[in-house]
Amino acid sequence: MTQAEAKSTESAEAFEPRIVAFVCNWCTYAGADLTGTSRIQYAANVRIIKLPCTGRIDPLFILKAFEGGADAVLVSGCHPGDCHYTSGNYHARRRWTLLRNLLAFTGIDPRRLFFSWVSAAEGQKFADLINDITGTVRDAGPFDPTNPARRQPWT
Amino acid sequence: MARVGVFICHCGENIGRTVDCPAVTEAAARLPGVVESVDYKYMCSDPGQQMIKDAIKEKKLSGVVVAACSPRMHEPTFRRAAAEAGLNPFLLEMANLREHCSWVHEDRGEATAKAIDLVRIMVEKVKRNAKLHPIRVPVEPTALVIGGGIAGIQAALDIADGGKKVVLVERSPSLGGHMARLSETFPTLDCSQCILTPRMVEVAAHPNVTIMTYAEVAKVDGFVGNFEVTIRQKARYVDPATCTGCGTCYQKCPSKKIPSEFDAGLANRTAIYTPFPQAVPNKPVIDAQHCLMLTEGKCGVCAKVCPTGAINFEDTDREVTVKVGAIVVATGFELWDHSAYGEYGAGKIEDVIDGFQFERLASAGGPTGGEIRRPSDGKIPKTVVFIQCCGSRDEKRGVPYCSKICCMYTAKHAILYRHKVHDGRAIVFYMDVRAGGKGYDEFVRRAIEADGAEYVRGRVSRVYRRADGKLIVRGADTLAGQAVTIEADLVVLADAIVPRTGGNELAQMLGIAYDTNGFYSEAHPKLRPVETATAGVFLAGACQSPKDIPDSVAQASAAAAKALGLFSQPELEREPIVARVNEEMCVHCRACIKACPYGAIEDYDIKDRKGNVVRTVARVNEGVCQGCGTCVAVCRSGSIDLDGFTDEQILVQIATLE
Repeated sequence: MTQAEAKSTESAEAFEPRIVAFVCNWCTYAGADLTGTSRIQYAANVRIIKLPCTGRIDPLFILKAFEGGADAVLVSGCHPGDCHYTSGNYHARRRWTLLRNLLAFTGIDPRRLFFSWVSAAEGQKFADLINDITGTVRDAGPFDPTNPARRQPWT
Repeated sequence: MARVGVFICHCGENIGRTVDCPAVTEAAARLPGVVESVDYKYMCSDPGQQMIKDAIKEKKLSGVVVAACSPRMHEPTFRRAAAEAGLNPFLLEMANLREHCSWVHEDRGEATAKAIDLVRIMVEKVKRNAKLHPIRVPVEPTALVIGGGIAGIQAALDIADGGKKVVLVERSPSLGGHMARLSETFPTLDCSQCILTPRMVEVAAHPNVTIMTYAEVAKVDGFVGNFEVTIRQKARYVDPATCTGCGTCYQKCPSKKIPSEFDAGLANRTAIYTPFPQAVPNKPVIDAQHCLMLTEGKCGVCAKVCPTGAINFEDTDREVTVKVGAIVVATGFELWDHSAYGEYGAGKIEDVIDGFQFERLASAGGPTGGEIRRPSDGKIPKTVVFIQCCGSRDEKRGVPYCSKICCMYTAKHAILYRHKVHDGRAIVFYMDVRAGGKGYDEFVRRAIEADGAEYVRGRVSRVYRRADGKLIVRGADTLAGQAVTIEADLVVLADAIVPRTGGNELAQMLGIAYDTNGFYSEAHPKLRPVETATAGVFLAGACQSPKDIPDSVAQASAAAAKALGLFSQPELEREPIVARVNEEMCVHCRACIKACPYGAIEDYDIKDRKGNVVRTVARVNEGVCQGCGTCVAVCRSGSIDLDGFTDEQILVQIATLE
């Protein structure tokens, strides 16, 4: 679907989700690089924000992403035990678990918040993950239906 | 006012094919603060870098965004160029238009829109970048080599010959690894022991090398140049300082029925043992699981007969901590367990053996003294079937990759067998013969043409024992297009090469990556084949991928060269991505101190002129801080920030995506 078509229609089918992905530099960012070097195609709905470690993620970042119009947020880092900084991914997981409850409390469907482990070797997994999330969120619809701006694709 | 330059690379066709680079250039030029926006075919080339340098000088840029490949690829290149033009290198950021955009999307419109977004967020980020200065850390010029096989020995020798200290850690009681078990080596058929044992002696006698056998790495702390490694020395129960290696103890030991690991279970050893007569160090250890004294508290014969009183049943595991600047990982491989292949006897038929067992049978120092005798009845087999690709190239039940060395060692086995049993038949079942290497294909041709090995292209479907003791091998000859049945006396399986068990735990200790098969990942498959993603940790030998001896030795020397290169600098520069506390705002809740995985944050007393403590705050030790940012996310008062990834920088990226 082209952007022009997406903008011209208000129907649910034209909805292209916006996904913000917070990924760590060592595993998932490198995994996404591997997706590229392996030329595995995935949905162009994701925008990656690189952090040194998922432990760096302040819950505020996720809330701000939703506030800014993201339809889904992904947090992805190293597998348990593989964190480049020993334990940052465990901090991220704990925070993420709590944040889901907070999201539900604030009226945001917690199913819009995704969490995954993607190692530097899992290029295929990263592509599958983004495609799955895009599909799920496309079915779920835009995050805030009252705001027509949210129905438009990025840029 | 920010003056940002945006440089968009086509990467030949790699980016330009999918992303409309001129459109991205135009869009970037309209962004606030952007004073220069250009695109070029190859930004990483000399003229491309020159464009960036010229623009930095002419347009007085305060920040640069290079939209090209992954920063993991060329960020150091462009940062160096920026530094050469007088711009602080940390005022340069990269937007990943290749791996994260053009290579993974097909739709030109979507990819271009995404590329513009990626550039936008980086332009906003770079406007908020601060000048950072690399942190200098001292280097401990000692290397740790993990694994005492041929790769580890070679790496240790090269580093030691370079004048630096080496600690060589080996899990088993002796150096030598798998190579010590081989009979002859392809493609020259020179005796493995004859070329290896002198090297073992050389490394053991080297003044710069400290050898720790029967020891394992237990813990790794620190970072490049300054690792602190805890090594667990397993209890040997024999004091190596007083033991003379006379061997009286293992001659008298009554527990004689323990399958020898070195002889792949074809012979037995005693509870107090050296793995093989040429072991280095040639000092026995006691296998605590099988020693009667240690299990049941009675016996002690070895202690009675030892002329120097070296036996100590009270010995315990000890932990030793060493400081090293670089680590070479050379943990090697083991054979895939072919019991998954039920149709080949599932490891139950005694005369279906693996490659190592054949090596021991063929070895002059082996249990049969170099005569090929089958394990079940000790008879000389007149027909031997070699089955290649046992587990290799089998995604469903084995491993998906080619184990690389089996074609060669099977050809060697066939030759050795034919040299020893002149009237015997050597039949090789193969899928493809992969003999790439110097003199390798000639060697396989020699096996077929000069030594009469019979090569059958096809798979074996079943191996079973007939009542008269013959092994019946049923298979297909795909070139002749017919089924074949062979009555064999011995079957040798060329099992796949797999990484060492426990390799994953070691990888986690070292912070290095491994692939889906468990082999350690190199930093770049082509350009950085011995480095890992963790600076200061290098790979050598078959722990990275299946390798033969020449490749392992070559990689070991390369790893040694990398370690010596590291040690040639008195100090290292480290990325200045560290956390910083705003001491005005810190309320000393100590949340960051608890969260820090490195213990890099400490209490700091702010004192007045008289020395009275006014307030206590948290302070980051930037020499220890690794820059993960976990402390930033837990700080309740927002007093800690991470250089290079500040809250402001990240929030502006999020806001830019609106």
